[in-house]
Amino acid sequence: MISYRKTVTAWLLLTPMIVIIVGVSGYPLIKTIYYSLTGAKLIAPDVTSIFVGFDNFVRALSSSKFLEAIWHTTYFAVTSVGAEMVIGVLVALLLNEAFAGRTLLRAMLILPLALPTVVNAMMWRLIYNPDFGALNALLLQIGMLDAYRSWLGDPATALDMVILADVWKNFPLVALIALAALQTVPKDLYEAATLDGAGVWNRFWRITLPAILGPLSVALVLRTIEAFKVFDIIYVMTRGGPASSTKTVSFYVYQEAFAYMRVGSGASYALIVVLISACLIAGYMYLIRKQGEV
Amino acid sequence: MKASLTKKICIYLGALVLATVIAVPVLWLFIMSISSSTHLTTLPLQWWPDAPTFENYRNLLVFAENSPSASFLYGIRNSIIIAFAATGLSIIAAIPAAYSFSRLPGPRRKNLLYAVIAIFMLPPVAIVLPLYTVMSALGLLNTHFALIIVYCSILLPFTTWLLKSNFDTIPGDLDEAPIIDGANRLQAIWYVILPIARPALGAAVMMAVLLAWDEFFYGLLFTNDIRAKTITVAIADLAAGRVADYGLISAAGILAAVPPVILAFFMQKTLVSGLASGSVKG
Repeated sequence: MISYRKTVTAWLLLTPMIVIIVGVSGYPLIKTIYYSLTGAKLIAPDVTSIFVGFDNFVRALSSSKFLEAIWHTTYFAVTSVGAEMVIGVLVALLLNEAFAGRTLLRAMLILPLALPTVVNAMMWRLIYNPDFGALNALLLQIGMLDAYRSWLGDPATALDMVILADVWKNFPLVALIALAALQTVPKDLYEAATLDGAGVWNRFWRITLPAILGPLSVALVLRTIEAFKVFDIIYVMTRGGPASSTKTVSFYVYQEAFAYMRVGSGASYALIVVLISACLIAGYMYLIRKQGEV
Repeated sequence: MKASLTKKICIYLGALVLATVIAVPVLWLFIMSISSSTHLTTLPLQWWPDAPTFENYRNLLVFAENSPSASFLYGIRNSIIIAFAATGLSIIAAIPAAYSFSRLPGPRRKNLLYAVIAIFMLPPVAIVLPLYTVMSALGLLNTHFALIIVYCSILLPFTTWLLKSNFDTIPGDLDEAPIIDGANRLQAIWYVILPIARPALGAAVMMAVLLAWDEFFYGLLFTNDIRAKTITVAIADLAAGRVADYGLISAAGILAAVPPVILAFFMQKTLVSGLASGSVKG
């Protein structure tokens, strides 16, 4: 009887949250699935919706432009997260040493993190400006460049330059996570290893890396999930251009639904994105479950 | 001894590089913000303005109808209203939910918690189309209300999760005792849990406000003029404007970044420990 009452209380306390989440996330998600099977248009989504079955999905997966957007997103995610992991761990190793100014430097890591994404994007857009940007001026004045370049206007460099801006903002996240993990590694482990003749390289691979691998893998998956959603920075810096070279899947869905007003096919694109994200989220769930953090 | 000197030099060199990489872009943004637009469009580019001026800040902060200052100031106002209202609504629903997850566990509730976290991580494109058509049908586009509700899809799972992990650290006897004495759960939450969890509650509020302040996607789609446009949308508009006044854009960026940066420095410790437990979104 008591446990029955407890169960009822438990669900009652959850009710406000469940109602809101079903309303703002659950129901919309189901409606997205419904839209994806129709030819709904933005102007009158319920009037013109005609059931088309899986046509939208077939068209999406055979559209070279959409597959290209998936490739851009994957490239963005792998490259930016990869760079953030490597730089983040290096910075954490540095900040794990004792030196004057360490506290200040660690506090500085908060700056890129706290900068709003849109402000970060705008800042780098100004720095990359082809005519008056600081990057061109700097590289020219120190002699690394012969003439001004249009960093974001050239399909060959645009996506990489956006990635650079993203890495600058997000490497501190990995650094702070890795640093927190490093500080739990007992110092005498290193001393013992040094006595046994293990070099710097050996100590890193055998002691440091295994010790921080858990938190680091959480950071890796978390960042990848975020990177797959990328929209803000693309919108402000390039709007998907030039020549669609920076068009990612979120931007593609945005365009399909809100510029071309095709809600049905936009929803099918969105669900393909959801499917990819779901795999990553499942990976994340597995990790936090294993580490017992929920 | 020699090896340790080399190591020291390497460390300080690394620290110098890191500090430069972090500081220089932001410093340049600040320098642009105190430069006149003619100065910034003069070649070759100079690294310090001849006559530093706070004109750009004045142009943003002194209200004038139909000017950048109008969209900027309204953007700040809208962001403040929406961020705090959405945070408040989320926290009110998150507190009992987090308590339930923490104190009254059950296998089905555990799965629900996983579902809540998964929903938090879902890309916004998964739900944005129906949200848009519903808001449009209800005539709620371009209102604060629409964004407050929609932001709950981000803030509510996040605050629930954050508070749940904090409630887990509070010993169970503390709130079981008054319940045995006849208090109900809401009283136990209000009189026992919340006073102890006040720091965590403060952290959850601040992080939720940060998340809301940073939001752009829904803001862009659900608003179309100064009545509801958030600060992030106002800045994107400024940056894409036909009249590119780089100094003015930079000043707007600096001003929009000041509140979250101060907030983040202020709660550095919480932020870092939250990051370390994997429960903070990047």
